[in-house]
Amino acid sequence: MAESLIELRHVGKRFAGIKALDDVSLSVRRGEIHCLAGENGSGKSTIIKVMSGVYQPDEGEVLIDGEPVRRLTPADSIARGIQVIYQDLSLFGNLSVAENLAMNGLLKERRRGVRWGEVRRIARTALDRLGIDLPLDADVDTLPTSAKQIVAIARALQAEARLIVMDEPTTALTRNEVDRLLDITRTIQRDGIAVLFVSHKMREMLEISERLTVMRNGRVVVEGPIVDFTEASITRHMTGHDLSHEVYVRPPQDEGVPPRLAVENLTVPGAVEGVNLVLRPGDVVGLSGLIGSGRTELALALFGMRPDHGGTVHIDGKAVRLDGVQSAIRHGVAYVPEDRLSEGLFLTQSVARNMLASSLDRVTRGLTVDRAQATRTSDDMIAAMQISTRSGATLVGHLSGGNQQRVVIARWLMTQARILILNGPTVGVDVGSKAEIHRIIRDLAVRKGLAVLMISDDVPELLQHCNSIILMHRGRFVDRFDGGTASEDTISAVLKTLR
Amino acid sequence: MSILRRPEAVVALVLLAAMVIIGAINPAFWGLDNLFGLLKSNVITGIMALGVLLVMISGGIDVSFPAFAVAAMYLVVRWMADTGYSGVVLPFFVATLIGLVLGAFNAFFIRTFRMIPLIVTLGTASVVRGLLLGLVGTSVVNINRFPPQLIAFGSQDVVDVVHADGTRFGLSAMILVYGAIALLIHLVLRHTMMGRSLYAYGGAPEAASRVGFDTRATVFFAYCTAGALAGFAGLLHSSMIWLANPRDFVGFELDVIAAVVLGGASIFGGRGSVVGTLLGVFLLVMIKNSLILMHVATTWQQVVVGVIIVSSTALTAWRDRKRLA
Repeated sequence: MAESLIELRHVGKRFAGIKALDDVSLSVRRGEIHCLAGENGSGKSTIIKVMSGVYQPDEGEVLIDGEPVRRLTPADSIARGIQVIYQDLSLFGNLSVAENLAMNGLLKERRRGVRWGEVRRIARTALDRLGIDLPLDADVDTLPTSAKQIVAIARALQAEARLIVMDEPTTALTRNEVDRLLDITRTIQRDGIAVLFVSHKMREMLEISERLTVMRNGRVVVEGPIVDFTEASITRHMTGHDLSHEVYVRPPQDEGVPPRLAVENLTVPGAVEGVNLVLRPGDVVGLSGLIGSGRTELALALFGMRPDHGGTVHIDGKAVRLDGVQSAIRHGVAYVPEDRLSEGLFLTQSVARNMLASSLDRVTRGLTVDRAQATRTSDDMIAAMQISTRSGATLVGHLSGGNQQRVVIARWLMTQARILILNGPTVGVDVGSKAEIHRIIRDLAVRKGLAVLMISDDVPELLQHCNSIILMHRGRFVDRFDGGTASEDTISAVLKTLR
Repeated sequence: MSILRRPEAVVALVLLAAMVIIGAINPAFWGLDNLFGLLKSNVITGIMALGVLLVMISGGIDVSFPAFAVAAMYLVVRWMADTGYSGVVLPFFVATLIGLVLGAFNAFFIRTFRMIPLIVTLGTASVVRGLLLGLVGTSVVNINRFPPQLIAFGSQDVVDVVHADGTRFGLSAMILVYGAIALLIHLVLRHTMMGRSLYAYGGAPEAASRVGFDTRATVFFAYCTAGALAGFAGLLHSSMIWLANPRDFVGFELDVIAAVVLGGASIFGGRGSVVGTLLGVFLLVMIKNSLILMHVATTWQQVVVGVIIVSSTALTAWRDRKRLA
């Protein structure tokens, strides 16, 4: 018997003339944990869809158990024991845990009737296999994401899976939940089931996988046992170049100039208990703390979204009252929200419209928008921000995560912002785009004298890109570090004591 | 989940409270003749509501069923009146079949062209009503021409009670027909894979096809059953009122949808039950009936139905959103 459970040989796939996969060869062995790494758009999803029979390759062949398979259909793929857990999990939120777990089996046996006792029994067995207890009668909607994921995994096992493909499984999980997921993955492996872990997160890859395949631009760049890789080498393979580790240094200050932002004794009822903050031109200040520490409320207050805040705010030496988003924008404050998709972007609108959304008054003549000028302005900004899009008319929903984030930042730059608040600027963005976004932010701070407040959980990110880092806890600033000189361990240690 | 947190329990409590209030204002409410009359008024709205329930669980909406009901009713009654056919089973079978075929058109357009159910069913309703009036006729079939065997079928009672003054009244046997259909739909929803596929498809259409449901069959099942039940209810309706008016059931879709939503079905799909729908229908019919008893003008009844739709939809939407949060 062949060692490989599934093998792709020289597979190619085109969409509308564009090569999504180019001569890809990949094999997953029985019972191994294999990691497939790559940035967004590198072809990872296409590979999953070839394995699951959703796409037919244009070139090359697919082998299962060493035998070539002609025209693999989704049903064939499932029948041969390949189960994909998509990012959206494909669960039924309106149905109970038990029913979600039993449904595949019932469908497979082509049942017509449903016996609820049997449904519960099947579900119980499925959860026992993972050694996990969940309320069988609860609707899946009522469970946290991590528990939903467990239901999805248990359901896949129930379908007699021999290979479980997990597509970016850790995106919505906290650190503890990720650890639990990795434990479960090991449990699955003990039963001789192979796992293909698709990810772009270093830590998980290094911790869980035995072998690693890295993709870039539709090709396999490198493949081998995980011990041959380090975080830096994986990044290099994924992005094609070494990333800069240069630490941000604030340009020298002109002492006569008033600070961009001076906040005194700022309070937000129930969240912020009197904080003082000074941001000078060129400052990139990091702000971290646990969820609920008040950091988001502080940002919202500065952006005029908490008109109930107290304390005084000076911008460029002038006292201002930030009692609404309009007034914050007028005073040069910009805010890039945590969840750029739900809060910051109109996904079904064009790149140009999204960028101009907050500064339309600059491209209007009389009562109408000057289209020519709007196009000119947005094209300039697309070039300046290096957004990869065919034109300003492309829908934002079609861009990658990193490019979407750039569109949001571009919008605020167009409002002539002098103070930029970034909340989780690189959550869900792959390494390459992340580096690019940071380069742009640093450049803006240095050249345009922008003051940046960067809220993030990612301590290494803060250390590298901020000249000062503040820790917040229960509405107060509790600690302060200099960027570059502080170490990740010190900050993490302080964060741990803040529980 | 505890019994009290089920949506059906909430509807039942509201229903009880409404009964107590209405009974306090008008003690005649609790009279057997009024209660029997109420139950009888449930039958037609109820049967159609069960069809709409299936469609709403699947994530769709149907506003064409009153048109289908009229078409089935009028075609069958005209045919019986013109040919003198004397039977009961075949006419009901034909009416049901007409509704089912019309429902298949809805399903076809919705499924094949991925159209919005509201637009499709608005369109089919208009086409069917127009064709009926234009091609078949506009005259009402009155009691003098109405097939007597249908009248006989529609006027059967299960219980007979004699008033002190010698007048008789009874509980319509049609309530048994309604009960049987409700039981059947309940069993289908709870205990068949087809029934579960409605919930699955209504909750997550993409996921439903990924796990291997034949979602095309699911959509056809929902709209065909809704059409079939409407066709059946249409003929039953005319048998109970002894006339067939091709302009009947105008605006009836609102009453029925209000009842289904009141019964806890989600307008987003994926949630709803037969028990809830039965309660919702009873509540709506009772409120409308009591307004008549209290001599409230019909125009105001429309206001009440509208308010019920908006407020109960708001409530279920709020509930579903809270679940997601």
